Amino acid sequence: MIPIFDIILLVFLVVTALIALRVRDLLAASMVFGIYSFLICLLWAQMTAVDVAFTEAAVGAGVSTVIMVATVYQTARRSKD
Amino acid sequence: MEFVEQFIVPKFNYWIYVVLMMIGMHAMIAKNNFFKKLIGMAIFQTAIILFYVSIGVKEGANIPILDHHMMPGEVHANDPVIAAKFTNPLPHVLMLTAIVVSVATLGLALAISQKIYREYGTLEEDDILSQIKLEPND
Repeated sequence: MIPIFDIILLVFLVVTALIALRVRDLLAASMVFGIYSFLICLLWAQMTAVDVAFTEAAVGAGVSTVIMVATVYQTARRSKD
Repeated sequence: MEFVEQFIVPKFNYWIYVVLMMIGMHAMIAKNNFFKKLIGMAIFQTAIILFYVSIGVKEGANIPILDHHMMPGEVHANDPVIAAKFTNPLPHVLMLTAIVVSVATLGLALAISQKIYREYGTLEEDDILSQIKLEPND
């Protein structure tokens, strides 16, 4: 049986993935992607994979969001879709 | 209803992983903006990593760290290790590599998209394609 906390996290994961792909502001998209990474980090801590959770929090949510925001400032912030 | 109880509820996490994978795949194929394509690629990769990590999960198992309870003067070297008490750490170790690789691919792809923006002044795929078609003698 899957814990109820897992189910809530999984549903929020799909919601944040859809929002990150739907918003036209690319800075907002990268921020929502950071939220998505932190939700995944929580999910891994819940799955007792703490080493993967640490790596995701540092590398996925930290470094990827920073390089995404840097790219948004170097290029256009608006997207057509 | 029987289908939902039999196939969706017990394996809900796998359904969500497949849904995430398809969201990422759709973004990589159908989105027009390169940045959105890259977000889709990252979602696709995390869905695969989630699938692999969830294979190693056991019910009632704890984190894969041995607790020796070493008090001063005590020796517990011959205590048996019960595998059912610990999550399988092999998928974790494999997926650590996959996370690092996914960040490397994302960084390289974002660097290339910055280069494309400097060349064409846009990150939209259709604008770039129309600019390429307008260039003569190619």
